[in-house]
Amino acid sequence: MTNLEKYTNVFVESFGITAEQTTGLAYQGIEAWDSVGHMTLVAAIEDTFGIMMDTDDIIDLSSFEKGKEILAKYNVEF
Amino acid sequence: MFDLLKYGDRTAVITDKGERLTYAELDAMTRIDVPRGLVFCLCSNTLQSFVGYLTCLQSNLPVVMLDGSKPKDVIDALVEAYNPEYIWDGELKPTGLKGESVSEELAMCLTTSGSTGSPKFVRLSAQNILSNAESIAEYLHIDENERPVTTLPMYYSYGLSVINSHLIKGASILLTDGTYAQREFWNFMREQKATSMAGVPYTYEILKRLRFFRMELPDLKVMTQAGGKLNKDIAKEYIEFAAEKGKKFYVMYGQTEATARMSYLPWESALEKYASIGVAIPGGKFSIIDTEGKEITEPEKDGELIYEGKNVSLGYAECRADLAKSDENKGVLKTGDVARRDADGFYYITGRLKRFVKIWGNRCNLDATEQIVKSITTNCACAGVDDKITVFVTEDGLSEQIISLLSEKTGLNSRAFEVRVIDAIPKNDSGKVQYAALQQLLK
Repeated sequence: MTNLEKYTNVFVESFGITAEQTTGLAYQGIEAWDSVGHMTLVAAIEDTFGIMMDTDDIIDLSSFEKGKEILAKYNVEF
Repeated sequence: MFDLLKYGDRTAVITDKGERLTYAELDAMTRIDVPRGLVFCLCSNTLQSFVGYLTCLQSNLPVVMLDGSKPKDVIDALVEAYNPEYIWDGELKPTGLKGESVSEELAMCLTTSGSTGSPKFVRLSAQNILSNAESIAEYLHIDENERPVTTLPMYYSYGLSVINSHLIKGASILLTDGTYAQREFWNFMREQKATSMAGVPYTYEILKRLRFFRMELPDLKVMTQAGGKLNKDIAKEYIEFAAEKGKKFYVMYGQTEATARMSYLPWESALEKYASIGVAIPGGKFSIIDTEGKEITEPEKDGELIYEGKNVSLGYAECRADLAKSDENKGVLKTGDVARRDADGFYYITGRLKRFVKIWGNRCNLDATEQIVKSITTNCACAGVDDKITVFVTEDGLSEQIISLLSEKTGLNSRAFEVRVIDAIPKNDSGKVQYAALQQLLK
């Protein structure tokens, strides 16, 4: 699986959505992505890529696209 | 209700959108002259809702505080049960409805279970609200220099108690709908130099995850925790962190049935008694009774926790006619929680008699949850622990449907629910579901 597939899959699994729905997805854009869902998502991303995100990055992860930029800092290439 | 003019030019509220009102301005805005009638206030943590709430209290309009983000059908069902004369949705709008007369004593209603959309409300008087606010302000030493940031919704008794206990002391409330998962929230609280925040157990679990202990928040002096039992090891970590940084962390206990607060753990005892809910708030009194209703006076013995105080609600309502009722509780509340007292007089919650759990601080009635699931399959039963409700069913393949319905109806994240398939729902001879047996399966 490519990193993009893995990354997309984290959203699909965490929020119970389809891969298509991840396009343009942002915090509070769907019911599942609230503050509780956010922390679930972060935990799943960390597990999937074996990283520990900084607080600043966790609170900046405000959309599907933004998350990719943040992950680049942790040497996850897309 | 509140003597807002007392604090004249002081700032009463600052919002994350940059709005600001002094106490004098707030006073002028919230006194209106309309015929007394029931108001449904559809709330979010915005200036409009804040003004709406205070308009009702200051103008003697009994108000029901509701989550404004609830789906329309949930609000409609409540409108049907209560016939409110007005709805506040940014402004006071007459509905054209007319219900039975409401008790003169009634000032406000809060929902017992914000999440299931149950029509069961707690009835509160002006005295309930003021006496609880005074007690809280006393034990937290709130003065006009405080700047609490709203981390909880104002339709929730705990969130509202933060607002009330600061308004009576002339403090400046930092109002935001943002959450700790957003940079905007942290920017707002830092820029506005928030001095205190409130959280439910889940909040503090998450903050730990966000490396809260490493954050530089020099202005933040007080953290309060209520809305369920925080794991005692986590409570200890926060207390130790606070002690080290010259801050304070208050563990508290309460219920909407007592307006909000019933106990707090005094800071000077926090390190030693971190697993305790502390002692009764100023003006309140606890006792513990056995199954026969007799008071247990010796320490370290379990029984039902009873609270007495001026903040004990008037009673419940399930429909409009109930709003005419007078004070049914007469200052005494059977909490439904099982507790014990230690030799030093500190109280500990050890169990629960009632069928509800707290999901991220929201009380969720398991019977109401079960009723929702019954629209999909009648062969079901709900059990749960805090932060997780388990739906037991006997049929395969319903999991997704059940979870998405529950999430939609309760507004809770789908993570709150799990579905387990078992051979049969355990029942006794008279056909009653054996919840204790189901509860065992959760261990």
